[in-house]
Amino acid sequence: MSNTNQIPRRGTLARAESRQALGFVSPALAGLALFTVVPVVLSIVMGFFNWPTFGEKTFVGFDNYVKLFTQSPDFWPALRNTFVFALLYVPISVGLSLLLAISLSARIRGRGMLRVLFFIPVVTPMVANVLVWKMMLQPQGLFNGLSQTWFGVELPNFLADPQWAMIMVVMMSVWQGLGYNMLIFSAALEQLPESVVEAARIDGARGFRMLWSVTLPMISPSLFFASIMTMITALQVFVQPQLLTGGGPGNATQPLVQFIYNQGFKFQELGLAAAAAWILFAIIIILTALQFRAQKKWVHYEH
Amino acid sequence: MSIDTLPAATAVFDAETDAPAEPDERSGGREPLTKRGRVQLVFAHIAVYVAAAIFVSPIVYAFFSALKPNSEMFSMPPTLVGSEVRWSNFADVFAYGPFLTYIGNSFFVSITGTLVVLAVSTTAGYAFGRLRWKGRDAVFVIFLATLMVPQEVLVIPMFQVMQWFGWVDTYQSLILPFAFTAFGTFLMRQFFRGIPFELEEAARVDGAGPIRSFLQIILPLAKSAVAVLSVFTFLSFWNSYLWPLIVTVDYATHGTLPVGLASFSGLQGTRWDLQMAAAIISMIPTTVLVIVLQKHLVKGIAMAGLGGR
Repeated sequence: MSNTNQIPRRGTLARAESRQALGFVSPALAGLALFTVVPVVLSIVMGFFNWPTFGEKTFVGFDNYVKLFTQSPDFWPALRNTFVFALLYVPISVGLSLLLAISLSARIRGRGMLRVLFFIPVVTPMVANVLVWKMMLQPQGLFNGLSQTWFGVELPNFLADPQWAMIMVVMMSVWQGLGYNMLIFSAALEQLPESVVEAARIDGARGFRMLWSVTLPMISPSLFFASIMTMITALQVFVQPQLLTGGGPGNATQPLVQFIYNQGFKFQELGLAAAAAWILFAIIIILTALQFRAQKKWVHYEH
Repeated sequence: MSIDTLPAATAVFDAETDAPAEPDERSGGREPLTKRGRVQLVFAHIAVYVAAAIFVSPIVYAFFSALKPNSEMFSMPPTLVGSEVRWSNFADVFAYGPFLTYIGNSFFVSITGTLVVLAVSTTAGYAFGRLRWKGRDAVFVIFLATLMVPQEVLVIPMFQVMQWFGWVDTYQSLILPFAFTAFGTFLMRQFFRGIPFELEEAARVDGAGPIRSFLQIILPLAKSAVAVLSVFTFLSFWNSYLWPLIVTVDYATHGTLPVGLASFSGLQGTRWDLQMAAAIISMIPTTVLVIVLQKHLVKGIAMAGLGGR
């Protein structure tokens, strides 16, 4: 078989393959265009309009953005609440789940069952999880009840106090999300190359030293991934405050996403909501980019 | 190489991909324990089991609360078991709200949504991962870029689009808008790329086109990836709250479990017994799913969570 015979054949084959590839990829392309690209473009447009759910839409330029920063009474508190939540939630959640993954070592009996147990709140509906916590946090609920019975101490009304309400939103969220990062870290720990661990052990590394100098650097890509994903979810927190505190007392626990939801679907100001959503997106992008820059200092991709 | 040699190769491949599943007993070291080590291990067990007990106590307490009479919900001192055990609370939930409808809707939306995601992701993943075509990599980068857009940016214009379509308060609005996200395509593409090329080449030489090769060779090899994608997609549909809350008007007909449960809580705010029973009921399906699939949990997270790394 000569070369001259093959080249044109390969050309037609390639053309046929391209055609078939188009067939394979077109449902995804069409769906993505309709349900992602169009909404993203539309969202940019909406941000520059006074866009009530029903009625006349008028172009207002940057007014929505200006209005958010200068006139909207809830916007700055919502920003602050989102940051406070993320600052408390991310380190506690990542730290505890790492501790848990390390504690559930291969020597622990029943660790498969324990993993499932810690993972359950991740997959049960958030609404149900929140209801359970809401019941326990009532003034006459389990927490205060136990405290009074055992220690004779009356606890504050958690959900009615601005600071306590935020702490409880964080606590409930940590409880709910712990299992996810735990499994990410467990997967990373299980894939540690045996040879490296063995070599470190022969060199006398034990306990904390082993953890700090060998294990943590080796799972640092997973740590980095988990921190970024946890931060992004934290900035998007919605259901927990929405149902646990309603964003209250006042607006003490109202995060940015709840603010967006309220603007758009309570006050029917879709333009303002779209603008606020873009601010949230910008914050996520900037913080993610910063973390990617910082990773060079502590993330090791050797293996 | 003929197509007959495929099963053996398949087995090897499966074994390979399943390898990092549970090397449970190996890593972490198995050197014989010293006496001090044994004492430490006992304490480690105590610590871990106490932590686990505290961790599940909210759900356990909620379960027992669901069996109490409502008047004893907040008794002082708190009790685990009330003066009587009222299993009827669980039945009453269904009398106070259209809970069967919520559960049915959730199953319908989650299963249909998962099927759409699987169909779209596997085909597109095949085109991106194993076919050669012009502009493939550029288009794939656009796909990846859409992964960064948070749901909150999408829901507002999406609601507007649904209004234009006349889809507000319909099943398709609950299923379709978030069934085309790039995540599934990305996951499948990564997995397909790892399949040795020779497997497909043999079939291609024997005259199989991409469709046959996709259906008969590639897809059967990707069972574990398909399983992971199904479970994660099902869970995200099942637990989705923000979008159903926005796009559903009449909960009694189109409400899914999360929005139904939230509205139930709003309406029966003082009936904590019923709220707890409802919460427990809505926890059952996904809890069962996780218990059944526990062996694959770590592998699934490693694959889906880390984007198929």
